[in-house]
Amino acid sequence: MKPAAFAYARARSVEHAISLLGEHQGDARLLAGGQSLIATLNMRLSSPSLLVDINRLPDLGAISVTAGIVEFGALVRHVQAEQSETVARYAPLIARAMPHIAHPAIRNRGTIGGSIAFADPAAELPACIVALGGELEIAGPHGRRSVSAEAFFKGMFETELGPHDLLTAIRVPAADAKTRAGFAELARRHGDYALTGLAACARATAGGLSDVHLAYFGVGTMPVRARNAEAALDAGDIENAVRAIATDLDPAGDLHASAELKSHLAGVLLRRVFRQLSEQPT
Amino acid sequence: MTITPDSPSVLTALDRPNSYIGRSVPRPNLRRLTEGRGSYVSDTVLPRMLHVVFVRSPHAHARIRAIDTLAASKAPGVVAAFVGADLTEVMSPWVGVLTHLKGLKSAPQYPLAMERACWQGEAVCAIVARTRALAEDAAALVDVDYEELPAVADAETALDPQTPVIHPELGDNLTFERRVNAGDPDQGMRDAAEIVEATFVFGRHTGVCNEARAIVADWNAAEQRLTVYQGTQAPHMMQNLFAKHLGIAEQQVRVITKDVGGSFGVKVHAYADEMATVAIAKLLRRPVKFVADRLESFLTDIHARDHRVHGKIGVKKDGTITVFEIDDLTGIGPYSVYPRTSGIEANQVVNLTGSWYRCPNYRALARVVFQNKNVMCQYRAVGHPIATAVTEGLVDLAAARIGMDPVEIRRRNLIPDDGYPATAPSGIKFEKLSQEAALQKIVTMMRYDDLRAEQERLRKQGVYRGIGMTTFVEVTNPSPTFYGIGGARISAQDGVTMRLDGAGTVFCHTGVSEQGQGTEAVIAQVAASAFGVPISSVRVIMGDTDNTPYGGGTWASRAAGIAGEAAWQAGKALRANVLALAATILQAQPQSLDLRDGIVVDAASSRERMGLDEIARIAHFRPDTLPPGFQPELVATRHYVPRAWPFAFTNGVQASYLEVDVDTGFVKLLRHWCVEDCGTIINPLLVDEQVRGGIVQGIGAALYEHCVYDERGQLLNGNMADYLVPMASEMPDMDIGHVVTPTADSELGAKGAGEAGTAGAPGAVMNAINDALRPLGAKTLTEMPFTPGLILRAIGRI
Repeated sequence: MKPAAFAYARARSVEHAISLLGEHQGDARLLAGGQSLIATLNMRLSSPSLLVDINRLPDLGAISVTAGIVEFGALVRHVQAEQSETVARYAPLIARAMPHIAHPAIRNRGTIGGSIAFADPAAELPACIVALGGELEIAGPHGRRSVSAEAFFKGMFETELGPHDLLTAIRVPAADAKTRAGFAELARRHGDYALTGLAACARATAGGLSDVHLAYFGVGTMPVRARNAEAALDAGDIENAVRAIATDLDPAGDLHASAELKSHLAGVLLRRVFRQLSEQPT
Repeated sequence: MTITPDSPSVLTALDRPNSYIGRSVPRPNLRRLTEGRGSYVSDTVLPRMLHVVFVRSPHAHARIRAIDTLAASKAPGVVAAFVGADLTEVMSPWVGVLTHLKGLKSAPQYPLAMERACWQGEAVCAIVARTRALAEDAAALVDVDYEELPAVADAETALDPQTPVIHPELGDNLTFERRVNAGDPDQGMRDAAEIVEATFVFGRHTGVCNEARAIVADWNAAEQRLTVYQGTQAPHMMQNLFAKHLGIAEQQVRVITKDVGGSFGVKVHAYADEMATVAIAKLLRRPVKFVADRLESFLTDIHARDHRVHGKIGVKKDGTITVFEIDDLTGIGPYSVYPRTSGIEANQVVNLTGSWYRCPNYRALARVVFQNKNVMCQYRAVGHPIATAVTEGLVDLAAARIGMDPVEIRRRNLIPDDGYPATAPSGIKFEKLSQEAALQKIVTMMRYDDLRAEQERLRKQGVYRGIGMTTFVEVTNPSPTFYGIGGARISAQDGVTMRLDGAGTVFCHTGVSEQGQGTEAVIAQVAASAFGVPISSVRVIMGDTDNTPYGGGTWASRAAGIAGEAAWQAGKALRANVLALAATILQAQPQSLDLRDGIVVDAASSRERMGLDEIARIAHFRPDTLPPGFQPELVATRHYVPRAWPFAFTNGVQASYLEVDVDTGFVKLLRHWCVEDCGTIINPLLVDEQVRGGIVQGIGAALYEHCVYDERGQLLNGNMADYLVPMASEMPDMDIGHVVTPTADSELGAKGAGEAGTAGAPGAVMNAINDALRPLGAKTLTEMPFTPGLILRAIGRI
């Protein structure tokens, strides 16, 4: 279990990283927290010619709030977000998701940007970003661009990132007093990828909820919005919402859960998350 | 966690003034290991050492048409490439059979596959290079031309006429079969008011060691001697096997076992890749290292369980059990593992099922079949979790059928504590068990009646909790009955040599081995107590066939009971020698003196006479001052092997309290109890931790661990992400209690404690889940591991 030989370069700047990626024409990989990449290298599931280490890039490691937007630098470590007062206050969905992500040792090294760029369909953060209607900033050979979270995820481990692109920032709308967040997942062991999970947010209204966003993970090739269920919850009808799951989701079974089980659990999670959304945050 | 106080033990010869027996002495290796100063095989680096990696079959069954190693041989750093035929010139094949398992058959196995690969992961080619990374680079260049053959994956159909026979020369795929017909099973069926039956399925799983299998082999051509550094449970057994199959004398082989990162039965077998490493070292005349990586471990470390048992129980209205009947089928891969064989687990299931109950009527059939999956062999608590879960699952079903409390039905049927010695229908013999006392103790510890009331109350709120219980026995301290009489050269006895050095310190050499379980501490405690010195003056030497008494090693919960007794006797003998010397110096009678805490004292008054250091000084440096003709003997060796009983059976009872989320099918373990009786407890902390660790592995079997194969014999989850080992977050608090019934076969009275936890836990969890779901009219769950999908299906939610 030793990786094939590879070259290593430490990027001095975002532009330097992009030019290194360009020189290797798609055969280079970015090294951030390394929590997925190193395992795939050791198991020889991938053998890039070059690792571009971006860990020391300046300015990608901060969490800030400006003009109603929370911005995470791509190199923000999970542990940093987990312990951040700012995240707890302005991005409560992400704060709720954090303890479910793997184990402390992994959260110490793993980065927010790495998790989103890797786009594991069972990962928590991609679903959170989709539920929040977030935006991803990408730096590439032709400058910087922003894409919405829903446009960013394209399939299993597939994203809008091209071979010479670098994810630089993640932006989500800052929560206010009317924001409600809900998060739940079912994993066999704490820290495992979930059999099924749900990230949700909504606005509290006088009579109930509006703008409900439901993003499931572990049920498809990427985060899946449950739009019919969202509409049902906007109308305040949880029973209808649970029934709508059957049309919203079409999960494929895997080693740990059949399609039938995933669908069933999606309904169970919806009830649990709906209760969270309906509660006044403390 | 709470540690329930042990039963007060009766004062015996073990209660010497400075006895460490019964005390939770910290293990001597603790600081070294926790400070990262352990020395494992992976840490071993020798001059001119090479690394070997294996090209493994991707197919469950395939003919090897050709292997092209040309490109690999020319790759950077590569020293040699070997295929099966290359190694036959130095190493002979082996066949995993034992003569006392009548009819057991298997085929010759070679270090590298010859013309066929018989499981996914079988090594077919070896690449040796300067580094592991270079060897892996080169291994990727080996081109093997396979012709895929039909795979025998399903044990159920392995004996069907249309199923291919894996080893045609054997005639069929049946490895071993055993039948028992004891008492009058038919009469037992007729006497029963109710007959309950169920089919229990135990998924294949494996022992996931922290440290993978590892070996460094070094053939010294000048000495004509092989030194093997190996993480093994049984160094002398491996010495014999290496010598035998290299065709050299045993004294030409030295096996050194330093620290071992867990073994659980995984590291007590001859593995083809390790045998190949030894053969290659001999051919190349250079040290060669092999360390299995995690993916190789899943494909090649022995798997275990994989049993399907149809069980029947007959019961009268008053709860009397009238008959047990089982039909066990197990698939063991393409070879019976050498040298202990893969027939032992099924044999144990037959021996043990129902054995601790009074019911005399028993019918059993066990069939062991070949299949194209990884080999299966002895993993912690061999056969016990199966026999226990089947027996106790049936007893619970019978209790439910006649409307009797699960504790009550056990009370009425257990062999009473005054009913020993006893012989079970299968023929196994119990010296003395304490099932009634253990059951009573656990009922008190867990507040059984209160729990039942809580369960009832919560059910009304839609919370489904279950209480499950297992009583069980455990095979420990095996005599030669286990392997020796079947022809395996695996020592049943063990010896301890104690040596007094010039400073009055003691070296204690023993053939048992430390795997991380604390044997070193236990031997030091016994030796220090018997001899009469502080434990800090005792250094235990293990794991070196050149420097320890020939012995069996660590397996079947034998180290404390067997080597512990040898240490006790050796300590006593050396004390007698030292007191004879002291008596000469002090002009006293030896019997008037004693050695206590490193000081010779007057036995009666405890008055200090002289220090052991002074005695050692005189003995070693000034023996000229001793009377003529007096020769001090400063080394003593004693051996021990159980003689009176084939095994020192222990017993115990476990209980699980858990909650099933009926929406998700998830099981939350709330608490677990175990009361066990391992006889004299040498180190309560180590015993309790053995029990807890064993319970965790048993819970793994019940809820998580499963080697999932597809119908083509492909392992689908051979990695740490997909193979679920039990983790701390999901484990309950465990309360451990003891009943102490020493074996009269030894002075120490210690039996084994290594496997009780694993034996009882899966059945307890199974019974608790079924107990939780009974009010929902659930289908009885009997297929491990109990996943959310299985549970939701049983209650009709999916």
